[in-house]
Amino acid sequence: MSKIIASAAIRGAHKIVERAEKKYEEALKKWGPNQEVGFPNTAYYLPIIYAILGVPIQKLGDVKPVLERTRSLLPPLVKERVNLPYLGPALDAGMAAFFAEEIIEAIRYLEHPNFYTKQEDPLPDNIWLGAADDVIFRKRGVEFVDGTAPGFAAIVGAAPSPEIAKKIATELQEKNLYVFMCAENEGKRFSEQLVEAGVQIGWPTRLVSFGPDVSAAVFAIGFACRVAMAFGGVKPGDFRKNLIYNKDRTFAFVMPLGFVSDEWYANAAGAINWGFPTIADTPIPEILPTGVCTYEHVVSNIPHDQIVQRAVEVRGLKVAVAEVPIPVSYGPAFEGERVRGEDIAMECGGGRTHAVEWVTSRPMDEVEDGKVALIGPDLDQTESPGRFPIAIVAEVAGRQMQEDFEPILERQIHHLINYAQGVMHIGQRDIAWIRISKGAVEKGFRFSHLGKILHAKFHQDFGAIFDKVQVKIYTDKEKVDQILAQAREVYQKRDIRIEGMTDETIDTFYSCTLCQSFAPSHVCVISPERTGLCGAYNWMDCKASFEINSTGPNQPVPKGEVIDPRLGQWKGVNEFVYKASRQKVDHYNFYSLMYDPMTTCGCCECIAAVLPMCNGVMTVNRDFPGMTPCGMKFTTLAGSVGGGQVTPGFVGHSKYNITQRKWLVGDGGIKRLVWMPKMLKDEIRERLIRRSQEIGIPDLIDMIADETIGTTEEEILPFLTEKNHPALSMDPILE
Amino acid sequence: MSDIEKKSIDPATIEMIEKAHIDGCETIFDRADVMKPCPIGAEGSCCKHCYMGPCRVPAPKKKEGALEKIRRIGLCGATAETISARNFARMVAAGTAAHCDHARGVAKVFLATAKGEVPEFQIKDEQKLYQVAMDFGIEIGDRPIREIAIDIGERALAEFGRQEGELIFLKRAPLKRQEIWRNLGVAPRGIDREVVELLHRTCMGVDQDYQDLLISAARCALADGWGGSMISTELQDILFGNPVPILGQVNLGVLKKDEVNVVVHGHEPLLPEIMVGVLNDPDIQQAVQSVGAKGINLAGMCCSANEILMRHGIPVAGNFLQQELAIVTGVVDAMVVDIQCEMQSLAQVAKCYHTKLITTSPKAKIEGAIHIEFEEREAQKVAKKILMEAIENFSNRKTNVEIPSHVADMVVGFSHETINYLLGGFFRASYRPLNDNIINGRIRGIAGVVGCNNARTTHDDPNLTLIKELIKNDVIVLTTGCAAITSGKAGLLTPEAAKLYAGDGLASVCEAVGLPPVLHMGACVDNSRILMAATAVVKDGGLGDDISDLPAAGAALEWMHEKAIAIGHYFVASGVFTVFGTVWPTTGSEPVSRFLFEELENSLKGKWGFEPDPRKAAKLMIEHIDKKRKALGIDRARERVLFDMAKRRELDAA
Repeated sequence: MSKIIASAAIRGAHKIVERAEKKYEEALKKWGPNQEVGFPNTAYYLPIIYAILGVPIQKLGDVKPVLERTRSLLPPLVKERVNLPYLGPALDAGMAAFFAEEIIEAIRYLEHPNFYTKQEDPLPDNIWLGAADDVIFRKRGVEFVDGTAPGFAAIVGAAPSPEIAKKIATELQEKNLYVFMCAENEGKRFSEQLVEAGVQIGWPTRLVSFGPDVSAAVFAIGFACRVAMAFGGVKPGDFRKNLIYNKDRTFAFVMPLGFVSDEWYANAAGAINWGFPTIADTPIPEILPTGVCTYEHVVSNIPHDQIVQRAVEVRGLKVAVAEVPIPVSYGPAFEGERVRGEDIAMECGGGRTHAVEWVTSRPMDEVEDGKVALIGPDLDQTESPGRFPIAIVAEVAGRQMQEDFEPILERQIHHLINYAQGVMHIGQRDIAWIRISKGAVEKGFRFSHLGKILHAKFHQDFGAIFDKVQVKIYTDKEKVDQILAQAREVYQKRDIRIEGMTDETIDTFYSCTLCQSFAPSHVCVISPERTGLCGAYNWMDCKASFEINSTGPNQPVPKGEVIDPRLGQWKGVNEFVYKASRQKVDHYNFYSLMYDPMTTCGCCECIAAVLPMCNGVMTVNRDFPGMTPCGMKFTTLAGSVGGGQVTPGFVGHSKYNITQRKWLVGDGGIKRLVWMPKMLKDEIRERLIRRSQEIGIPDLIDMIADETIGTTEEEILPFLTEKNHPALSMDPILE
Repeated sequence: MSDIEKKSIDPATIEMIEKAHIDGCETIFDRADVMKPCPIGAEGSCCKHCYMGPCRVPAPKKKEGALEKIRRIGLCGATAETISARNFARMVAAGTAAHCDHARGVAKVFLATAKGEVPEFQIKDEQKLYQVAMDFGIEIGDRPIREIAIDIGERALAEFGRQEGELIFLKRAPLKRQEIWRNLGVAPRGIDREVVELLHRTCMGVDQDYQDLLISAARCALADGWGGSMISTELQDILFGNPVPILGQVNLGVLKKDEVNVVVHGHEPLLPEIMVGVLNDPDIQQAVQSVGAKGINLAGMCCSANEILMRHGIPVAGNFLQQELAIVTGVVDAMVVDIQCEMQSLAQVAKCYHTKLITTSPKAKIEGAIHIEFEEREAQKVAKKILMEAIENFSNRKTNVEIPSHVADMVVGFSHETINYLLGGFFRASYRPLNDNIINGRIRGIAGVVGCNNARTTHDDPNLTLIKELIKNDVIVLTTGCAAITSGKAGLLTPEAAKLYAGDGLASVCEAVGLPPVLHMGACVDNSRILMAATAVVKDGGLGDDISDLPAAGAALEWMHEKAIAIGHYFVASGVFTVFGTVWPTTGSEPVSRFLFEELENSLKGKWGFEPDPRKAAKLMIEHIDKKRKALGIDRARERVLFDMAKRRELDAA
C-alpha cells in the first residue's frame, strides 16, 4: 500500500461508512427494525457480510451490530509525518467499505424496489441489473467452476470514449472473462458507453451492468464470496478460507478507468483482501511488492490498448485464446449474444427451413484436412434477411477415431458456432437453428467460416482423437434434403446403441474432477446410466476426454468388485474416490439418496430430496427459483449439499438422469418421484412418458405434483392420494 | 575529531558530557579514559574459580609453539581452553539467571493477578492469554479467564523448577529445530536446573572439556531464550497488552524544564506500568501544581523505557550510556531504578545535582540511594509515594540546568503478532508478504541488531553504522534493547527513514506497508519476539524449514552485559549467525573461538562471529544472508507463473 493510496482508501472508507450509518438510521425510522431487508432471491443474504462475518442479515435490525463492527474496523486517518503502518489498517478499511456498501445497496432495494432490473438482461429503460439472484449466480457460477470463465474484471468508471470502452470489453470477452461494471467517471459510465457503441450487454454476453454507483462493486465481490461458499464448501464466517480461496481460484481484478476518488481507493483496497489487484489507466501510485495478492497490488498508468493484457498478467492468469481464422471476435463470452429483428442477415432452420448438423468418419484418403466447401449460395448472394436451408457436415478421419466419438464432436458444433460474435446457434442435429447478423456479414463473415471454426476448434480441443477434418456446407435445398435423410438414419442407430448400454455391461466408469479447481474434495464418477450431475458429461464424453488427454480430469475407474448392486457401490470406485477426494470421502452409492449418496460440487442441474410424509422424493432444477416441498429452494439445497460432502437424504443429478433406468433405483427409482417443477416436467416430458411406459405406469407423469398443486408436503399429499401415486404404497422410504 | 567527539555520535550525549565536565561531575566516559580493561580478563584467560589461583594463562603475542601450549595451564591443569570456555559459560549462566529471575518475578505477579491477590494488576490481553493457554496445552473451553490464567501462571512458574522433560515453549520452534536440539541433547529440562548445572560444571574440577562446556552453555542459553525470556515477554503482554504500533519520542530532549521529571530506569515493567496509571491521579496533579511545576513528565531509560514506550508511548530519555547524563541535565527530580544495568555511579552523579536516586527492587540496592521497595500488593501506593518524592524534589533544583534540544520521533511496538496483522489486516493477517518479498529479493534478508552500549567504543556508532549499512543493502532490521534506542535517536524508526536510508527494494516494501526499515520489537528480554518472528517466517513457508535456513543474521556490536552473551548464545543455538563487536571474551583460546565461530555450525547450524568494524560486520552478515539465499535457490529472479484451470485443480483444498 503506498501512503497516498492507504490515506485515500481510509478516508474513503470513513465516508462510505458514514453514509451507510446515515442510510440505516433513515431506514430504521421509516420501516422499523423488523422490516425485511436483503438482495432478491438469494440464500446468501448480503453475501460479503455473510461470507466474512457469518452474519445473515434478514431484518433491518440485524444491520446494527454489523455497522458497529464495521465502524470498529475503521482505522484512524493516516498521519502526514511519522505515520503508523497502514497496509493492514487500509485493508480493514476496504473491508469496512464493502460491508457499508452492501448495507447501502440493500437499503436501496427497500427504497426503490425497481431500481435494478433483477434479471439477466437490461430493460429498454433501465440497464442496471443489480445483484445476481441465485438462479443467475448458479448458472454463471458453473462457468467459473468448469473453467469457461476464469474470473472477472471489475470495471469502475468509464473509458475516454465508447469506442475504447467497446475495445476493452471485447478484449476481455475474448479472454473469456466476465466484465462487472459500476461507478461513473465525469458523468460517464462504462455500461452506458457499451450501449452507446451498440454492444449487447447483460449476463448472456458477460458484460454485466451491475449499477451506476461505485457501491455496486459489492455485487461483484459478493459474487466471488458466493462462489467460494457454493462451490468451494467454504462456510459462512470462515473469512480467511473464503479470501484465500478467491485469491487462488477466482482470477478477478479491479480496473478503475478515470479519476480514482477516495471511495474508489477504498473499494480497491477492499478487493485486495480477496487477492484481486488493481490495474488503472491513470497515473496513481503503484504498489509493486507482492504478498496479499499473488503479484503486484496496484499497477497504474497503463495505456488502454495494453490494459487487458497487463491486467491478466498482474493477476497471474493464463488464458488460452482461441485462434480461429474468422473476421469476427470469438469466445464463450459471445455465446449468449442474440441476433434478432432488424439485425438478422441470414436465418437457417428454426422451423422455417431445414437445418442439419452431422459429424461422420471417413477413410483417411478421402479427407483433406482444413478443406471447407460450400455447396450452394453464400451469405452475400441474397437480400437481407435471407432464409436458406443448411447442412453442415464435418468429415473426420484418423487412426484414433471411433464411431462413438462422432456424436461427441457433433454436440460441440452448437457452442463452437455460437462463440462467434454475431452468430447465434440453437439446437442440434436436425433441429439446429442459425442466425447470422448483418454486422458479421459486413465484417466479411461467410458460410465457409462456420467450417473454419469447426476445423480450428476440433483440432484444438479434440486433436488427439482424429487427424484430419474437412467441412462441407450445403445451402442447396436438394442437397440439404439428401443429407438430412442420411443423417436421420445415423441418429437413430446411435440412439439405439446408447439405450442399450448399461452399468452392468461396462467394466470401467470414468471420473470427472473438472470442478476440483473450485470444489477440491468433490469427485464425480460417471457410468453409462448415471451421467454427470452437471448435465454436461456422459460416460461417452468422459471416455473421449480420456483419449484426448490421458492425464486430464476424466480418468478410467475400474468398477472392481461389486459391494452393493442395489445401491450401486463398487470397491474400485470407492478406492478411486478416496484417493481423488484427498481422503475426504471413502465411499458412496450411485443409485441412492438415502444411503451415502454421491457428492456434488454444487453445480448439479437438479437436486433430489426425500419427502418423508409422501414416502417419496422430489427433485428441483437449478432454474426454478421457487419454494419446494422439502422446505428449501434450490439454492438453499445446493448450499447444504454442495462442496463435495456426502449428505444422506439429498443428491445432485442431471436432468437427463431422471429418465435413466438407474435413477435412485436403490430407493425405489422413478416410482418415488412425487414432485418436480412444472418447467422441468415439460422439458423432459417426452422421455418421462417413455420411461413411465417402460415401468408399466404410463400416466405417472400426471401423478407427479408440481408447484401448481403445492409447495409443501401437506399441500401435495391429497393430490398424490387422489391420483393413487405408486410411492404411497411402496415400502417406507425411511427405515 | 576531538576526544569528546570520539565518545559518542549522539549530539545530546556529547553536550551532556561537556556539561558534566563543566559541572565537575565524573561520568563513565571519564573513567573509561582512566582505567583500561584488564588484558588477561578481557581475553578470558584468567581463572579464579578456585583460590589456588587466580591463574593467568594469557595467549602469547606471537603464534604459540608446543611448549607454550603446555605452559598455558592453571595449577590444577585446566587448559587455556577449559578456562576460556568456563568463563564464557559462566557469563551465559549469569545472563540467563538475570533474564529468568526477572521472568520469575513477572510470573509470580501474573499468578497473583490471576488469583485476584493484587487488584491493581489486571489481565489486559485476552487474545494473547488464549494463545499462551493453547501453547501450554491448557484447556480453554468455556472456562472463565481467571481459571485459565491461574493455570498459565502455575504452569509458567513450574517451568523454573522443572526437573525433567523439556520446557513447554520449545514446541513453538520449527520442528526441524526441535529435532536438532533433541539430537544434541540441548533441549533444556528446566530453567533453574540449567543455570545451576552450568554453574556446577564450571566449578573447579568438574567439566574440563571445552566443547562439552560450550554445548552445555547452549542448553542453558536456550532456557533463557525459549524459557525465561519468552515467559516474561508473554506474561507481560497478557498483563499489560501486546504491543501494537505507537508513536514515541526519544533522547534527552524529552526531559522538560518546567515539569517534574521522573526517569524510570532498569528492566521490569511492573512498577513503571503502575506509575503510568497514577500520573493523572488528583493527589499527584495537585501536588505538582503546589510546587509550581507545569506537569509531571515520566520518561524511560534503557529497557524499562522500552517496555512502557511500546505499550504507552512514554518518551525515552536515552540508552545505557546516557543514564548518568540524564541526571547531568539537572532537571531529573527522581531516577527510579529496579534491576540490571543501573550503574552504581548514579548515586555519585545524583549528588552533583539535586536528583533523588530511588531503588525499588529488594534484589538491587545501591549505597547512597533512597530505597522504596516495590510491593505488588500496594503497587499504587508505592508508585504514588515515589512520584511524591520527585515532586517534592522539584523545588530543590540547582541553577545548572541544561536540556539538550535533541528529540526524535519514532514508531515502535512491533510484536511478532502485530507484524502478522500489519502485513495483511485483520482478515488476511500473515507473514506471506514478508516471505514473498524476501523470496523475490526486494528484501535481501532479516537481521536482528540488539544489545547494549559499551564505553569501550564510540557510543551508538557501531550499531548505527551497522544498521544503516544493512538497510542500505535491503536487509530489514529487527531491534531491541539499547540498540533500538540508538536507532530511534538517529531517526531510523520512522517510515520516512526508508526512503532516506534503505535500498530501493526494502524501501518499496516499507512504503507498501508503511513501515520503518528498522522495527523496534521491545526490551532486551523481548528478543524472544525475534525468535518467534523468525519462526513465523519459517512456518509461512518458502524459506526452508528451520531458522538456520533463513537468509538472516544477528548482531550486538556494542555488547557489554553477560545477558548479551546469553542472548547471543541462544540465537546461535537457534540457528542464527550472530556477530558481536567491540571485544570478544574468548580471544585467549584459539580452539574455543574456532569452535564458536566455525564448528558449532556443524551441529547447531548457527555460529558466532566477532568483528569490531561495523562495516565489515555488515559485510559478514550480508555474505551469510546471500549464502542462505543461494542455498534456498532464491538468489536468481523467478519467472512469473501464470495459472490456467488445470493448475488450479492441482491446488490443495483451500
